[in-house]
Amino acid sequence: MSELTLLLIRLAFLAVLWFFVIAAVSVIRTDLFGPRTATAPARKAAKAAARPTVKPKKGEPRQMVVTGGPLQGTIINLTETPITIGRANDATLVLSDDYASSRHARLFPQDGQWIVEDLGSTNGTYLDRSKVTRPTPVPLGVPIRIGKTVIELRK
Amino acid sequence: MSAVGGNPVPLPAKRRGAQLLMLAFAVGIVMLAYANVGLALDDQIPAGMLGYGLGLGGLMLAAYLVLAKFAPWADPLILPLVTLVNGIGLVMIYRIQEGGEDLASASTQLFWTGAGIVMFTVTLIVLRDHRALQRMTYTAGFVGLALLIAPLLPFIGEERNGARIWINLGFSSLQPGEFTKLALVVFFAGYLVAKRDVLALAGRRLLFIDLPRARDLGPVLITWAVSLGVLILQKDLGSSLLLFGTFIAMLYIATQRTSWVLIGILLFVGGAILAGLAFSHVQDRFEVYLNPEDPALYERTYGSSFQLMQGLFAMASGGILGTGLGQGHPETIPLSFSDFIFTAAGEELGLTGLMALLLVYALIVERGLRTAIAARDPFSKLLAGGLSFILAWQIFIIVGGVTNLIPLTGLVTPFMSQGGSALLANWILIALLVRMSDAARRPPPQAIQDEGLTQVFQR
Repeated sequence: MSELTLLLIRLAFLAVLWFFVIAAVSVIRTDLFGPRTATAPARKAAKAAARPTVKPKKGEPRQMVVTGGPLQGTIINLTETPITIGRANDATLVLSDDYASSRHARLFPQDGQWIVEDLGSTNGTYLDRSKVTRPTPVPLGVPIRIGKTVIELRK
Repeated sequence: MSAVGGNPVPLPAKRRGAQLLMLAFAVGIVMLAYANVGLALDDQIPAGMLGYGLGLGGLMLAAYLVLAKFAPWADPLILPLVTLVNGIGLVMIYRIQEGGEDLASASTQLFWTGAGIVMFTVTLIVLRDHRALQRMTYTAGFVGLALLIAPLLPFIGEERNGARIWINLGFSSLQPGEFTKLALVVFFAGYLVAKRDVLALAGRRLLFIDLPRARDLGPVLITWAVSLGVLILQKDLGSSLLLFGTFIAMLYIATQRTSWVLIGILLFVGGAILAGLAFSHVQDRFEVYLNPEDPALYERTYGSSFQLMQGLFAMASGGILGTGLGQGHPETIPLSFSDFIFTAAGEELGLTGLMALLLVYALIVERGLRTAIAARDPFSKLLAGGLSFILAWQIFIIVGGVTNLIPLTGLVTPFMSQGGSALLANWILIALLVRMSDAARRPPPQAIQDEGLTQVFQR
């Protein structure tokens, strides 16, 4: 086998190896830049419209983000299913917090809004500063406090 | 989302197609590498190429099908990335075997890869919910310790190359230490979930550091003593560093307190100094680390820097672009098929190839950590974080060792080095990560109809 062929094969192999790495990174691109959906332009426009007015009400939340406590960083995509929060193993968000009850609270959608309801917890659920005593609508970006965990809804 | 039963919410993509494509790509690269070795060594495509490629491809297809059936939401990248490093390892071992090294055997390694994939599929099929492991916290701890001391028992324990880390099962030998790390990570995760509040909150603040209470130091001191015990009784530096580092990292993940890391580093430095004073082989390693190019150290008969220097020479002769597969001289590096496979790959693929390999490893770890972030319960978070960290830490220890960044300790390069136990254990590790990423990415169950106040729970 001639030197030149081997040199070409060698360079080709390294190029293919790097192409593999780049392909792998592009598969997980959504991790870095968010999902690219067909409705992306519409969403962008909505976001631009919503930005000047920080007060929510416009648009529906798409994600529930844990912003404080041991589970910080967890993101749950909102669907039409209610989300249960508590220490029970079958809760959507399982807390390991001594201050949380096993079925602490639940979040459910109603008429385009998400409602938080305390399920008779021992230490209570707080929406911003006030204790949740009956089902209350949750605006975007307002923290819900359950024990040491803080969650909020985002678009 | 105005009325239940309106527009269905778009589900996150499963990316099964991307996974199959990347898997085929990985197998293709491995076959290309194999052909390249054959062309360089004998001027022809190796005779076994078709069978070998089909064998690897078939194994991976089987793994893919099992994954698609039993963990459909699993991360699409983990399996292809692991396939690539495992395949490149196979090609390197084949190449070293052709180069005249008697101990290297590509067919054995292919057999163990198959066995590893069987373990992968069995783990995925049997373990439908990884949270079952949380119930076995202390069992896992006990199993881990038992595996750790198994090589020290008479009759079944064996000493090879100065380290007593093997057990003889009659038909073949096993390195139980590789499985120990899995069992202990499960134990650490379960233990820290139960105890992390007391470890994180109790204590008082001194300067910028939250100091823990003296009695909470117990678990750290016990792990420290166990890893020192491994070092003293089995003369296995690598495993001892691996276990202790992983425990400290998981403690940090669980409590988010820097003081644990500082305490861990202090204990490690103390232990290392003690070991250096007490054992000549630790001292030898350290001298070699400081002055590998010293001729006196290079030529001494026991604990010389010969192997390390040969590895460094090999990487130097590879340079930026490498000598090309099949055109280097891995036979000049002792143990080039196991501990030093990274330097053998460095010679033939060059810095460019090594960086690509390290990036592939980094991506595997990134997918694992990503799983930890997405996980919905603390046990999964700690387990995924711990397993990814132990993989990253092991790669750091061995690659840092052979490149003389840190003192050399004998550990296998995950998925590349020849060795059945390591392959089996690492494939189980990957199966656990895949299982957890499936649970983390799976969307909550959709309402089947307008169910009103009835809820669908996910178990």
